[in-house]
Amino acid sequence: MLKVKDLHAEINGKEILKGINLEVKPGEVHAIMGPNGSGKSTLSMVLAGNPAYTVTGGSAEFNGKDLLEMLPETRSHEGLFLGFQYPVEIPGVSMVNFMRAAINAKRKYMDQPPMSATEFLKLMREKRAIVELDNKLASRSVNEGFSGGEKKRNEIFQMAMLEPKLSILDETDSGLDIDALRIVAEGVNKLKTANNATIVITHYQRLLDYIKPDVIHILYKGRIVRTAGPELALELEERGYDWIKEEVDKQDA
Amino acid sequence: MQVNALQQYIDLYRDNKALIEDNSASLLNSFREDAFSRLSATHLPAKGSEDYELSDLDGMLAPDYGLNLSRLPLGFDPALSFRCDVPNLSTSLFMLLNDSWAETEISRRALPDGVIVCPLRKAAEEYPDLVAKYYGRAADGDNPLVALNTMLVQDGFFMYVPKGMKLEKPVQLVNIFAGGIPMMAVRRMLIVIDDDAEARLLVCDHTQNEEQDFLSLQTIEIFAGERASFDIYDLEESTRRTSRLSTLYLRQAERSNVLVDGITLFNGTTRNEYHCTFDGRHCELRLLGMAIEDEQRHIDNYTMIRHNTPDCHSNELFKYVVDDEAKGAFAGRIYVADGAVKTEAYQSNRNLVGSDKARMMSKPQLEIYNDDVKCSHGSATGQLDPMQLFYMRTRGLSEETARLLLKQAFMADVIEGVRMPMVRDRLRLLVERRLSGEKKLCQDCNEECPAHDTITL
Ligand SMILES: Nc1ncnc2c1ncn2[C@@H]1O[C@H](COP(=O)(O)OP(=O)(O)OP(=O)(O)O)[C@@H](O)[C@H]1O
Ligand SMILES: [Mg+2]
Repeated sequence: MLKVKDLHAEINGKEILKGINLEVKPGEVHAIMGPNGSGKSTLSMVLAGNPAYTVTGGSAEFNGKDLLEMLPETRSHEGLFLGFQYPVEIPGVSMVNFMRAAINAKRKYMDQPPMSATEFLKLMREKRAIVELDNKLASRSVNEGFSGGEKKRNEIFQMAMLEPKLSILDETDSGLDIDALRIVAEGVNKLKTANNATIVITHYQRLLDYIKPDVIHILYKGRIVRTAGPELALELEERGYDWIKEEVDKQDA
Repeated sequence: MQVNALQQYIDLYRDNKALIEDNSASLLNSFREDAFSRLSATHLPAKGSEDYELSDLDGMLAPDYGLNLSRLPLGFDPALSFRCDVPNLSTSLFMLLNDSWAETEISRRALPDGVIVCPLRKAAEEYPDLVAKYYGRAADGDNPLVALNTMLVQDGFFMYVPKGMKLEKPVQLVNIFAGGIPMMAVRRMLIVIDDDAEARLLVCDHTQNEEQDFLSLQTIEIFAGERASFDIYDLEESTRRTSRLSTLYLRQAERSNVLVDGITLFNGTTRNEYHCTFDGRHCELRLLGMAIEDEQRHIDNYTMIRHNTPDCHSNELFKYVVDDEAKGAFAGRIYVADGAVKTEAYQSNRNLVGSDKARMMSKPQLEIYNDDVKCSHGSATGQLDPMQLFYMRTRGLSEETARLLLKQAFMADVIEGVRMPMVRDRLRLLVERRLSGEKKLCQDCNEECPAHDTITL
């Protein structure tokens, strides 16, 4: 589904990604972990097409198509979803209008007629239930005045609305209380099928207790320095990152 | 280049004094000589001088426009091609074609007892005492634009709502520019809302002929009596080749509540002045402005709010979206007199600039001469937030749609300020269409539109 090869990217002339290799297949759940500032969000931004970042080398293929060639909106239409670490507030744009524009943009891309108002509201109701998102939030401006946890819930709600093939969830667990974490994780699990895939970026094992990853990657200094099974997360929980940092830094020196 | 654009109008007046006067009312005529001598002794403020940041008055007045001094009826029916952008409003509709009153079905129908809506010239003849009490009393004769209007004006719009009358139906005035030659319309509006009366007025400026030059020189005088309530929405939807010089003067008596809303959706070169003065205590004023500018359009809004009396509240909000090579200016003054205690005056100007070549100038100015006041002003000019744009695009919205939604959201609070629900809804739609790049805003014109079937020139 996703094949990333030797991906390099920079922002403001500073190289952040220094050769990322990653392959995700349908049905898989990958977790990306790594110390603060290692480039996890950068990777998600580059894959989603944030124009603030420049790709300086490498390639990324999404379902056989060149991902890096596509506009951010096309990536979305093709089935890529990014749950932001810091969801953006958009005062004055209602969630309803925003989601309707999103759904209909995708339908247009797929050569389908726009969704009727009743159909759309029914869909909203259905998907809201998955993450138990308050109706009040759905009728407000996008993320405006939402608490940290509400914003994260809203990301998963949007994911549910758009039914992506590949979701990248950047620290969707941070800022969530224990109940919310369960609800959000269960939401992600409910949306899981054999045909879609998820990349979760997280710092904590507790999310991985709910969302069972098949593969765990550790990103450090713009590279994936280790890839292993779920047991790696437990080891990190116990030992921290220092031992990995040391090994990598030794090799670099 | 014209050395002095003003001179051609002074000459025009001198050479055609009799013609002008024969085709107007004696009350209007009695103000001309004074205006003439003031104009002869002055010159137009230069572009870039204080409060005239973008307004090239000389340039705007320089072209050789035709004036309809002999008040010849236009040889065609504007209803045939007029497309109203604010249809389906249940309003009492009146029309001015260039600066001539166009008789409409409604204008012959009776209004509630004592309410007068008619051509200014006719009002000056039929109700000379009433008109004399107000005409020229609010506008500042030293303002060259007012003097020019006063010297040349022959007709216009008069509206009177008597004491205690609550006019249920809004009044709508549609100004249409049309004609085969460059025309100048000299328009005067006099609006008197007497004590305890209530009314709303929607003014729409339309230019029909895209390929012709027009200039509108308009002075509006508004008097709100004690406890009166009045809304005026002044909507410009003209063309690139239309120039507009508008001076609005408002006087508010004790406990009156007024909303003035200047909306510029399409224009060429525009200067709007809003001079608002409180003459009694406990007045409320909401002054709103919105401008959507692209291509090479220009707009310069000047506002002056005079808090002369204690306990008055003013709340001002102007918003601009400026794209391409367009230019916008906002100069907002608030004056709080010594003794005008317990004044509350808030002013805000927010602008979105969408291109490197677009320009926005903003100049708030507060002059406060006592301590017991709550005043604030804020001005911010910025661009669309790239992170908001990106966020929306990751959900599948095209960049264009994302920009459109963000611009609409930006304008939302000025639109919400409209106190007439049907105008608010309509405006929301017009703004959306305007921002999405549609050239003509009205598409669903039909028989229900009050502009249809009403005009019988
Ligand atoms: N606009 C920018 N200009 C320069 N450097 C930047 C910019 N944005 C991010 N960086 C740097 O890029 C590096 C990677 O940041 P990124 O946000 O990808 O880290 P992260 O792995 O997601 O960290 P965290 O776990 O804290 O979320 C950091 O060192 C950060 O300071
Ligand atoms: Mg991050």
